[in-house]
Amino acid sequence: MKKILISDPTLRDGNHAVAHQLTGENIAAYCKAADAAGIAVIEVGHGNGLGASSILIGKAKVPDETMLSIARENLKTSRLGVLAVPGFCTIKADLARAVDLGVDVFRIASHCTEADVTQRHIEYVRNAGRSAYGVLLMSHMADTAKLVEEAKKMASYGAEAIIIFDSSGHYLPENVTERISGLSDQLDIPVGFHGHNNLGMAIMNSVAAVRAGAGIIEGTIRGFGAGAGNAQLEVLVAVFQRLGWETGIDLYKVLDLAQLAEKEFNPVAVTINPLAIVSGLAGVFSGFARPVAKAASDYGVDSRDIFFELGRRNAIAGQEAMILEVAQALAKRPSGGR
Amino acid sequence: MKKLPTLKVAIVGTGNIGTDLLLKIQRSERLECTLFSGRSSDSAGIQRAKTLGVHVSAIGIDAVAENPDICDVVIDCTSAHDHARHWEICQALGKPVVDMTPSKQGLCCVPAIATYHDVGDELQNINMITCGGQATIPIAYALGRVHKNIEYIEVASSVASLSAGPATRRNLDEYLDTTRVNLQAFSGAAAAKVVLVLNPAEPPIYMQSTIYAQISSPDADAIHESVNRMVARVQEYCPGYELVIPPVIEGNLVTTTVKVTGAGDYLPPYAGNIDIINCAALEVLNLLAEAKHPLRE
Repeated sequence: MKKILISDPTLRDGNHAVAHQLTGENIAAYCKAADAAGIAVIEVGHGNGLGASSILIGKAKVPDETMLSIARENLKTSRLGVLAVPGFCTIKADLARAVDLGVDVFRIASHCTEADVTQRHIEYVRNAGRSAYGVLLMSHMADTAKLVEEAKKMASYGAEAIIIFDSSGHYLPENVTERISGLSDQLDIPVGFHGHNNLGMAIMNSVAAVRAGAGIIEGTIRGFGAGAGNAQLEVLVAVFQRLGWETGIDLYKVLDLAQLAEKEFNPVAVTINPLAIVSGLAGVFSGFARPVAKAASDYGVDSRDIFFELGRRNAIAGQEAMILEVAQALAKRPSGGR
Repeated sequence: MKKLPTLKVAIVGTGNIGTDLLLKIQRSERLECTLFSGRSSDSAGIQRAKTLGVHVSAIGIDAVAENPDICDVVIDCTSAHDHARHWEICQALGKPVVDMTPSKQGLCCVPAIATYHDVGDELQNINMITCGGQATIPIAYALGRVHKNIEYIEVASSVASLSAGPATRRNLDEYLDTTRVNLQAFSGAAAAKVVLVLNPAEPPIYMQSTIYAQISSPDADAIHESVNRMVARVQEYCPGYELVIPPVIEGNLVTTTVKVTGAGDYLPPYAGNIDIINCAALEVLNLLAEAKHPLRE
């Protein structure tokens, strides 16, 4: 039977859905229940990972070290994961502390064409005796050959798996099949997929990823995450069960976890709203939705125009500052904002 | 031949920064590059220097150690990690150093705010902080001279991937740390944070930085006056420096965006990051030249 490792970034990507306002109580309750359900990796933190609490992305309610200590106390068998994006965090200020706090899995991420910035961070984590995965963000912006080249760099630094993120929820299943096949054919470490649901494809894309050779799939409870949300964890578990793929997760307990989310996360319902569809079509990071909506209202321009213009300018994650500039430029058009 | 007596400069490190600096020095009346030294005899930078008839070497700092009279000053364009050893060697040789790496080992300098003159006569190791630092610290300082009580300051910069060479990529942590420490020191803010994004978009994006400052009761008029005055000062040595978004004030948050269009010397104009740190270094080198061969009475 095919075995799939499910990695759950609910407490990290979900922080995007609540403007990084998850509380210590939320984290404790979710970790306890997710651990009991048998989820392999629970990722915790600010939406953009370690050290990313900022005006640019949003200030987190709870500091990194508090989030990680609380999670650590409440996980018995699940491994504790973090996302770490060089450019936001440093080894000295952030990774070293996360090692001290007992993080097991470090997912070291870069934009999909910039893997060489992860070298020192991946090496540091491996030397500290922890697991390091390489993560390629906004992966739809590179073709398969480029993704393979970048993934091989991460593998050479010591990454034990490579995960591609569909940060904008832009993929259709055939795009996922092509990229994951290329990666799993040419790498000798496991390959994973992290889907977003902007175009309603997150579950289908995850299935396509497994069929193409992915061994790691990511999903969040109720789809709680940036933009239109992630591949919905409990649906993944149910669908994989139908397909006869083993996840090691107890179905009833993961369904209970979805009930618990109702109570813990507010608002938990992440739907494909109109702006999320536009963000998926434009291929722009889902996490931009909130600041785009604000800039649209501040400058009296159409938020959809902002998203398409950001897509045209190839804005990548971390470039939230460009939103204001685009909104101002659109407001100055002769036709006016709208 | 240059008409005026020149300051002899050795450039160590032949990547994007070093090669761009070489081209800028070639245009200067008062500076002369007498050595261009890297680690590989076939790097793109070395090839370029050869076509200009500049003396080149592939043994890095050792070329200075073997022939100290070759230069008056060393410009270190390598990496923060290598700078410590390079400074030791230069110190022993009595050579001042202009350090382009984010080592923050020497005196950190932003020419628009203060120059090396402010610290007396001892042998100088002058650190040029980072490209993002040269673009944003002037604004942070301009805010800080209006408001002594900046609670928090944050800088987010994005630069074109093509303008960030291997040493820059290896030094990302040092870049963040050095920019943050200086941002805080020059603005007097209680806390600071720095973010850097490398963007691979084609055509390449221009270097752009946004400065966020939390200030209680910001004084809009005084802030605009101070920032405009500072931008004009930076433009004196870096003409491609501009305010894209003049200070926008919402409650206690002041947001300012600057952009740097490069002179297009080595890399095309999108590489404003290379341009601004090199323009800043040139400003310092011109002062060193003036100290050695005074023109002003």
